[in-house]
Amino acid sequence: MSQAASVRTLAKAAPQGLVVNPRIKHAHYFETAARIITGGALVAVISVIVFVLGYILYRGIGSLSWEFISTPPQARMTEGGILPALIGTLWLVLLTAVFALPVGIATGIYLSEFAKGRIARFIRVAIANMAGVPSVIYGLFGFAAFSIALGFSKSLLAMGLTLTCVTLPVIITATEEALKQLPKELRLASLALGATRWRTTWRIVVPTAAPGIITGSILGLSRAAGETAPILFTGVAFFAPTAQSLMQPSMALPYHLYIMATQPVRPAPHIVWGTALVLVGMLSIINAGIALWRSRKRKKLKW
Amino acid sequence: MVDSEKGSFTLEKVSVTYGKEMAVTDVSLFIPARQVMALIGPSGCGKTTLLRCLNRMNDELGNVTVGGKIILDGVDINSPAVDPVALRTQVGQVFQKPNPFPMSIYDNITFGPRTLGIRKKGELDAIVEDTLKRAALWKEVHKNLKKHAFELSGGQQQRLCIARALATSPECLLMDEPCSALDPISTQLIEDTMEKLKNAVTIVIVTHSMQQASRVSDNTAFMLRESMEEPARLIEVSETEKLFTVPSDPRTEAYITGRFG
Repeated sequence: MSQAASVRTLAKAAPQGLVVNPRIKHAHYFETAARIITGGALVAVISVIVFVLGYILYRGIGSLSWEFISTPPQARMTEGGILPALIGTLWLVLLTAVFALPVGIATGIYLSEFAKGRIARFIRVAIANMAGVPSVIYGLFGFAAFSIALGFSKSLLAMGLTLTCVTLPVIITATEEALKQLPKELRLASLALGATRWRTTWRIVVPTAAPGIITGSILGLSRAAGETAPILFTGVAFFAPTAQSLMQPSMALPYHLYIMATQPVRPAPHIVWGTALVLVGMLSIINAGIALWRSRKRKKLKW
Repeated sequence: MVDSEKGSFTLEKVSVTYGKEMAVTDVSLFIPARQVMALIGPSGCGKTTLLRCLNRMNDELGNVTVGGKIILDGVDINSPAVDPVALRTQVGQVFQKPNPFPMSIYDNITFGPRTLGIRKKGELDAIVEDTLKRAALWKEVHKNLKKHAFELSGGQQQRLCIARALATSPECLLMDEPCSALDPISTQLIEDTMEKLKNAVTIVIVTHSMQQASRVSDNTAFMLRESMEEPARLIEVSETEKLFTVPSDPRTEAYITGRFG
């Protein structure tokens, strides 16, 4: 007798409860409902993303050209490109990376591997609060601390340091979480071989958690690239040539977008959409690249 | 000191306290050098806790106090003069679940020696070959030492962990239920390995399997926590054959004949 046939015979022979159990039938309805609701939410989210990215792409793609990204704005921003803003944003990301990555990753390591008890809890709460502070507050703080108190006035440096403050909690939390996910046995194995805590951390724990740390850090940096409020008071320029030093103000893509969209005399819309496309495209490519790289790395790491 | 005693442990009235709760008390035990000592007893009887005293891994768990004396080669390992980090290069450990580092076979084994400052490639290569042979893994992996440790099977990973622990040339190897996550064939291989290893190192093994204890060990210690209100104690220790055939304590007899635990 084939297996299917034997199963059918069994079903016939089975007591009623095994074939139709009202309670279990009920559970199956919930199963179906849960799939529809969670799946629906996913579809909604994806549609929004596709619509936003698709619309920006549709409106902006026409203005993309080498000239657009390699020349400064002209004729009161009704013509020309976005070069100074693009360079300015790249500088800001670089500066933020230089300041925020070492401090943020080191703090995350300390919190995960060394901090204990009350102090650790206090620092964690403080960092969570830091992440919740609206970015315009960072702008005001940066203006007071970096532009005035430290005398950096309105400059790339002041903007970079302010964006560092915005990004730090993201990097610290990402690092701490990435380290915490590793099994305890990994650390114990190293300690049991006569490695110190620091050697264990530096040679075993951090390299193993590196994909997570890097992913979180890049996400933090891409947030910095898109922020407007923190740079508003600390050095972003309405119009300026490409900055020649870190002590000069500079244009930046998000602010450029903002002023073009709010100016009384509207510039050509295709320039605005083109700028949006460059900003979003740059960040999407970075984020997608990181996600891909990480999923590849992950395949190797299973416990 | 007689050289044959190098690698022997003497425990005098050892107790372990987690926070305020005493987990193990009054363990006095001699662990002879270059023999296998099995620690048996029901779950929660402090075997692993006691094992962790021997390389001071309890220090890493925090809030643990170890009382009494543990003497290795004439030195009290809990005295302030002893560096637990240095101690662990002399007393290696193999864990319950295989826990190789997420790196190549070669790098797994050389991690310990590098910690000790060995950097020369020739020297490291020799250590890798020697320890893999002793852990009965060389034949299977010598063609590709750059292979990622996670691509090995569970049994191979555990033998890699043994090789890794041997790489700092310890006097003693602590094994915490090393076969509990493995299939019978891998278990057999590891037991054979232990048989050969004991010519050179003292082995202390925690095991839930009385068959395993009787197969691999020279001496067996039976531990028991008689109720949740009191700490675990050492009930009986003797030569393995004697403990399993003519136990002197009725509680040991009850345990080995399967009446509880």
